[in-house]
Amino acid sequence: MSESASKARWFSTDHEHIGRQYLFTSLAMLVLGGMMALAIRWQLAWPWTEMPLIGRVLFPKTGHVISPDFYTVLFTMHGTIMIFFVIIPLLVGAFGNLLVPAMIGAREMAFPRLNMWSYWTMIPAIACLLAGFFVEGGGAASGWTGYAPLASVTSGAQGSGTGQTLWLVALLMSGVSSLLGAITYVTTIATHRARGMTLMRMPLTVWGVFTASALQVVALPMLTAGGLLQLADRLLLTGFFTPQNLVINGVALDAVAATGGSPLLWQHLFWFYSHPAVYVMVLPAMGIVSDVLSVHGRKPVFGYKPMVWALCAICVLGFLVWGHHMFVSGMSPAAGTAFMLSTFVIALPSSIKTFNWLATLHRARIQLTASMLFALGFVALFIIGGLSGLWMAATPVDVYINNTYVVVAHFHFIVFGGSVFAVFAGLYHWYPRFFGRALDERLGKLHFVGTFVLTNCVFLMMHQLGLAGMLRRTADPYVYGMFEHLRPVNVFITWSAIALAAWQLVFVVNLLKARATPRREHGNPWRACSLEWRTAASAPIVEHGPYEYSRPDANSDWLPQARDDTPERVSSRPQS
Amino acid sequence: MTPLSDHVLPAGVPPPTAHHFIDLHQQEEAEKLGMWTFLITEVMFFGALFTAYVVYRNMYPEAFMLASSKLDWKLGGLNTLVLIVSSLTMAMAIRGAQTAKRGVMLWNIVFTMILGAVFLVVKYFEYMSKWEHHLMPGPSFDVEAFGAWGPQARIFFSIYFAMTGLHAFHMVVGLGIMTWVFLKARKGHFTPQRYVGIEISGLYWHFVDLVWIFLFPMLYLLGAHTTGLGH
Repeated sequence: MSESASKARWFSTDHEHIGRQYLFTSLAMLVLGGMMALAIRWQLAWPWTEMPLIGRVLFPKTGHVISPDFYTVLFTMHGTIMIFFVIIPLLVGAFGNLLVPAMIGAREMAFPRLNMWSYWTMIPAIACLLAGFFVEGGGAASGWTGYAPLASVTSGAQGSGTGQTLWLVALLMSGVSSLLGAITYVTTIATHRARGMTLMRMPLTVWGVFTASALQVVALPMLTAGGLLQLADRLLLTGFFTPQNLVINGVALDAVAATGGSPLLWQHLFWFYSHPAVYVMVLPAMGIVSDVLSVHGRKPVFGYKPMVWALCAICVLGFLVWGHHMFVSGMSPAAGTAFMLSTFVIALPSSIKTFNWLATLHRARIQLTASMLFALGFVALFIIGGLSGLWMAATPVDVYINNTYVVVAHFHFIVFGGSVFAVFAGLYHWYPRFFGRALDERLGKLHFVGTFVLTNCVFLMMHQLGLAGMLRRTADPYVYGMFEHLRPVNVFITWSAIALAAWQLVFVVNLLKARATPRREHGNPWRACSLEWRTAASAPIVEHGPYEYSRPDANSDWLPQARDDTPERVSSRPQS
Repeated sequence: MTPLSDHVLPAGVPPPTAHHFIDLHQQEEAEKLGMWTFLITEVMFFGALFTAYVVYRNMYPEAFMLASSKLDWKLGGLNTLVLIVSSLTMAMAIRGAQTAKRGVMLWNIVFTMILGAVFLVVKYFEYMSKWEHHLMPGPSFDVEAFGAWGPQARIFFSIYFAMTGLHAFHMVVGLGIMTWVFLKARKGHFTPQRYVGIEISGLYWHFVDLVWIFLFPMLYLLGAHTTGLGH
């Protein structure tokens, strides 16, 4: 391959190519983050014991066991990787690029080069993050939330040095990456729709990516600014987030560094983006699931317009609830009440979505494909995660369960049971479209059954741990005698987690099997209406909504969104 | 998967200048919306800094008055005037592009750049004077100069340098954009039919000016009427 050809391959501005780059990079990061999760689970089940085989290689200096400091690094990195380098790039980066232009009938993104740079700012961010493991003092160890003053003072703890700075730089770069992508999506969806593709004819996946991008455009810069201030705290000793009268290891900080700042301000700036980030991780997933349920249920999405308005409502309300992460931070109780109420309100659009999914399924001709199974799994697990979220949004409940494993259980139901299940549903559904190769259905169903059962074994049990009081971030819960009886539960969860991770090999085998088959045109294997399955080379003229299944007046059970045999080729300016 | 083949443009629709657009109208819509979306991110970015300012000011109102009195409101005022005039010349440059007056366009871009540079030079002298008086945040900060309010005054200067520094960075980027606009304009890139490039660059320039319009009263005028404790 010539040099320019390989440059074109690596730095391609083609959205499908960028989408595939995003997909495989974030799947690789998923493996890495998953291994960290297993290491955390190992420590919680069998604290201070040597991991078989790999313990010797990984931890030569600490007697082959995970040190308390390294445990802290592990859960910090696990959270950071999974949120900023797996789920967000998978849903927005990969599915956004692979689906959005195709679904709205656009030839290209509005800003192909910006789009390319969005991917290529994520790569140095990953490099920075992982470099943290190899610097003196070790990786960042202040949790994925980077709370001040632990994260803003370089002498805070082991890992508060260079590792924390690298973590912050990685966070800032991943923010820039997301912003470049979000600007591209918002503009593309607004200006590049095919003729006849009105806003209310867009598939819900496009709506999901659109609302998620809008959230990023508005909320993410707050975190970028906060991150720059924290970077200044660490490098220039500005003291924005460092309180007065702080004593670290017997040394009064006032004497050596600037103080007088507000640690609470960091929490506000952080959660102002990182709460909407939860919706960035779930809105495209909701869109994907709506599409899959409709196609494989051969029935239009029940209440398309309420579904769109619910997405928009979640998007807007998502800005007003960040304080529910801070109920015990010393924030004013009046603000706490306001955030509690706004969080309750966001349950309304979420339940509109859930009821509409159920109504879509009601009397549908459900085809139990692997994709459909994962979408059904999403709905089930999202209900559990959503309801526990509603319950812990009540301040009195939160004060009790804050910082326990209930919180861990809740957000893993949303992010693993929700987002990751939607990613699998989407991959089984669109794999022929993305790669010209189909995934094996039987292996896919096998993959689903094990994943679904084991997900519940792992995360459902964590509610029990949390209610019993087990803390989130303790390397060895059994130093407190009262948690001794939780050991069997932890051992069970760890075995389940190992099995869950091992079960993903079924998916890997499926990917490799598909890779071994030759590429071919799969046409429209699911007989889906939306534009991304079109094979015609002409410019589409959209005449229908995206979910015209089982129409009584039609000859077949589906109507493609666009006229297929367009005689004249015309400029496809959006006509909304 | 199958790329859509090239579209045949109906009569009267001008072609785009980049291959990935369908026609010029779509290209201009996308470019304008892209810049406005970017400006939303910028508003929120500076919004976070203004939020931080409000929080600290609310925590330490006295110290902020005192520290603010150390800023030179005359130089800040001069810079405000400089930027307002630069916004005028920017608007006149765009008007020059719209009315096909090449000289008006080019000269006004040059005036805009000169005014932007003047702003940065004045800012440089202001920063130097803060450096000499040990008012830079960090270990060399002269805490004693503010009596009991030393640490709190240091927070003022931290946020002052963060906000004005990031604003100055945006000015430098703006000068880079203006250089690009000037080169494009000289090549005859902007015509009354197609001037989006200079128009959206102007949007950015006006935005950066606008940030300063908020920074100036908040940082400089707050303590301008106090005599100050350390004087």
